Amino acid sequence: MNSASATAERRARSLSGPGNRVEEDRPVLSVHELKKYFRLSGGPFGAARGYVQAVDGVNFSVSKGETLGVVGESGCGKSTTARLLIRLIKPDQGRILLDGQDVDGPNGISVRALRHQVQMVFQDSYASLNPRHTAAEEVSFGLSAQGVARFEARRRANEVLDLVGLEPRVFADRYPHELSGGQRQRVNIARALALNPRVLILDEAVSSLDKSVEAQVLNLLIDIKKRLGLTYVFISHDLNVVQFVSDRVLVMYLGKVVEIGPVEKVYRSTGHPYTRALIESRLSMDPRRRIAAPPVAGDLPSPINPPSGCRFRTRCPIVEPICGIQEPPLEVVGDDPLHVAACHALAPRSGHSLAPARISQTSSLSGA
Amino acid sequence: MSSSIAKSSQPPIEIMRRPGRIQLTYWQGVRRRLSRDPISMVCAGILVLMIAAAIFAPWVAPMDPYKTSMLQRLQPIGTAGHLLGTDELGRDMLSRLIYGGRVSLLMGLLPIAIATLIGSAFGIVAGFFGGKTNMVIMRITDVFFAFPSVLLAVGLAGALGAGLVNCLVSLAVVFTRAITRVAESATTQIRNHDFVEAARATGASAPRIIVGHVLTNVSSLILTYASSLISVSIVLASGLSFLGLGIAPPTADWGLMLNSLRQSIFIAPVNAVMPGIMILIASVCFNLLSDGLRTAMEVKP
Amino acid sequence: MTAARPGPENRPSPPLLDVRELSVRFFLGGTALGAVSGVDFQLALGETLCLLGESGAGKTVTMRALIRLLPPTAQIAGHIMLDGIDVMGLDANGLQAVRGTKVSMIFQDPLTAMDPVFTIGSQIAETVVCHDGLSYSAARVRALELLDLVQIPSARRRLDAYPHELSGGLRQRAMIALALSCRPKLLLADEPTTALDATVQIQILLLLRELQRELGMATIFVTHDLGVACEVADRVAVMYAGRFVETGTITEVIDSPRHPYTIGLLGSTVHAGTHNGLLTPIPGAPPDLSDMPPGCAFAPRCPRVVPVCNERMPELVEFEAGRQARCPRITETEIA
Repeated sequence: MNSASATAERRARSLSGPGNRVEEDRPVLSVHELKKYFRLSGGPFGAARGYVQAVDGVNFSVSKGETLGVVGESGCGKSTTARLLIRLIKPDQGRILLDGQDVDGPNGISVRALRHQVQMVFQDSYASLNPRHTAAEEVSFGLSAQGVARFEARRRANEVLDLVGLEPRVFADRYPHELSGGQRQRVNIARALALNPRVLILDEAVSSLDKSVEAQVLNLLIDIKKRLGLTYVFISHDLNVVQFVSDRVLVMYLGKVVEIGPVEKVYRSTGHPYTRALIESRLSMDPRRRIAAPPVAGDLPSPINPPSGCRFRTRCPIVEPICGIQEPPLEVVGDDPLHVAACHALAPRSGHSLAPARISQTSSLSGA
Repeated sequence: MSSSIAKSSQPPIEIMRRPGRIQLTYWQGVRRRLSRDPISMVCAGILVLMIAAAIFAPWVAPMDPYKTSMLQRLQPIGTAGHLLGTDELGRDMLSRLIYGGRVSLLMGLLPIAIATLIGSAFGIVAGFFGGKTNMVIMRITDVFFAFPSVLLAVGLAGALGAGLVNCLVSLAVVFTRAITRVAESATTQIRNHDFVEAARATGASAPRIIVGHVLTNVSSLILTYASSLISVSIVLASGLSFLGLGIAPPTADWGLMLNSLRQSIFIAPVNAVMPGIMILIASVCFNLLSDGLRTAMEVKP
Repeated sequence: MTAARPGPENRPSPPLLDVRELSVRFFLGGTALGAVSGVDFQLALGETLCLLGESGAGKTVTMRALIRLLPPTAQIAGHIMLDGIDVMGLDANGLQAVRGTKVSMIFQDPLTAMDPVFTIGSQIAETVVCHDGLSYSAARVRALELLDLVQIPSARRRLDAYPHELSGGLRQRAMIALALSCRPKLLLADEPTTALDATVQIQILLLLRELQRELGMATIFVTHDLGVACEVADRVAVMYAGRFVETGTITEVIDSPRHPYTIGLLGSTVHAGTHNGLLTPIPGAPPDLSDMPPGCAFAPRCPRVVPVCNERMPELVEFEAGRQARCPRITETEIA
């Protein structure tokens, strides 16, 4: 009976969100039941034809000083989540908490205050920097907009450019077309750091860089994080990069969180069939051990009309009738309460044939 | 630790820049490229001459443009004392053309200037804020677009009455709608770029972002388009004057002169078309200059 | 000049593709930009060659030069023999006869590479009618066969779908079907999976591998992704600043890279084994082709540079059978 209450408490804690232990490290950023649907107009007079369920009930938290990696394929909602976190888009439902305080809530902090602490680094597209601004102008824009005097803003911009490895004497007055991809991305990072944030959200920050440059920028990001004591939310479609930089990983599929946990646990003792498929889809670096068969068939379903119940069921190798009826809750994988996945095969007495019979015998899928 | 962080290893500034090349801002680059284009420079020269002549007309014109002489009517080119001949009331053609330039060029440039200011403001606001603001502004613009430009100008001028100011107003309205559309579409494109999102993320206010980011990027597009409208405005203004909806005689204006010389077209065809030639030269020069400007603005340094 | 490599059946056969001294220059506003220089290679039926390199390395330009699919500002020089035909000597009609029949190409973005106003069935059928002279109805039957070949589910229904109605993976399969419609002997693939999601990418790569085996085509893959090369390539040619810097079988190059650029590329690629360390990136950035240093193009970034590297461009030296590298220091026994 003691063990039952202990495991019940463990379950309750894990289900309320990893890293959310009340007495210890309060998370810097946490998100509750975040929802964002995009209207698809097209009917008469622009009436809604349907909704793209971009983010549909997402919960997670980020602890101080950690790197939370967010992975998923197109349509999973990771970019939308990034923009919701920094409130470039307004959520339809749900709460965002910074240091436990509601953002834009009745008693909480304003969006403006959020943006002092949380900044975003964008993907290096050509449109990530204003083509008519020099590097220094671009970096100091945010500061001037906050009311900082021009001289001081320029000084700070130079300081931050130096921090990201761009010597101000050479690079401060260059335009984006005079910079290489890696240098442009450093300017992107400098711009985000100019306002002295505590949290950086990196949305595919290295995805469009050449591999040799990607490595440079990744090293830079890791170095800066240590030096400035930052917290990162690192969004990427590249599983290798996410494994390299992250402490914890969040996997998304069609607007839902399907797995969260410490990076090694998620990658080695995977809980969710989709995560496993993603990991096995990574290209091998050994020509002698090539992948023989694709880990998952089919294409991603449309986010407008996602499958009922578990959204992955149309491609899942262990799908069963229960999967179409009920959405799986987040269940603990293995014996680490911080590692959870949304799969009926993990939930005791869920109706899935692979589900464990009793709570104390939860096991990961890696052995199954 | 720094060694593995690969400071961006570019050679020092002296080697990086090609010898003799100085750092140019975008507009300096545009000016430099424009000055290297022979056609644009020739057209610019002609226009400068025309505008200067118009401004300094009292000193440049050889005779009084209003002095009539029944004896000297429709004299051909090269007549003693009248370099380009005289019009149907014996007034010196050259002087009237020079004075006419004042009105005609003004009617070409000022409505465009006004339309650019107003149209850009509406268009940028519509493009940046989107949603209902965009809908309201653009649908109103669409209403104005329902009328063909000439008809709209004629209708407005007719309703407001003849006269310089009313003519200016009706022309400005006609061109505002086109510039609003161009500004809106340019702004909508820019609006979705990441650097605008980044500016929003730093907490900059909307006016700040519009001035600091949007304006610098859309201004070239708007200016190019607006400059291509100048010739249209000149022709349209001349048309309005021709129809009697613009300036009243005896003020010299190329369109008016075309009208009054119309009856003499079989008697003295050369004299009759001279104002038309001036309109033609002015329009073509503005058009070619606008083309040159567009080319100069498009190329990245 | 390497001898013709034996095909997979281990019997010497004349190479399907023989390229010598290929170079491409672009003329922009009076100045010439050397995009590709001195490329030599041969390819047999059934073989897959991967052109590996970063942006600006010249790999796409090389591939397009093989069928002369470059803008008019490009000047191609060199010698290209494809299945006994001299490609450089073909006129417009001759080129059109070769493209699509002997050699086909698939692109990175199927949405822009296919016509949006025609169904995929009609696009495939059109190609078949044009090149093979079949009737339209027979061509439609062939189109259906092809859609089945590339494993598009509900193929009959998809024949009448427009490109934008298909998902990314299906579109890419449709493009592959289009490319295979006239049974080409050589398939050129320009980063066909770069824009696809991970789970779809592996499906397409495996499909291409299978098709290549089944139909016995020769394939050239252009990619910047080492993982793609490992999955599909028999041989790989690493390119840098328009030149081959290292060639060999994929296993040889991955196991024992010789050129410092290849070594750097392997060291800076993030993969499963690099967790919890720092990467060893290559310092600097890929060179500006209009402003090339004298000597070896990689010298400014090379950790093993010596004075001779800056004096003249090193030759591509064959140091083992089928293995080449463009570096004066590979003959040294120690890797300093």
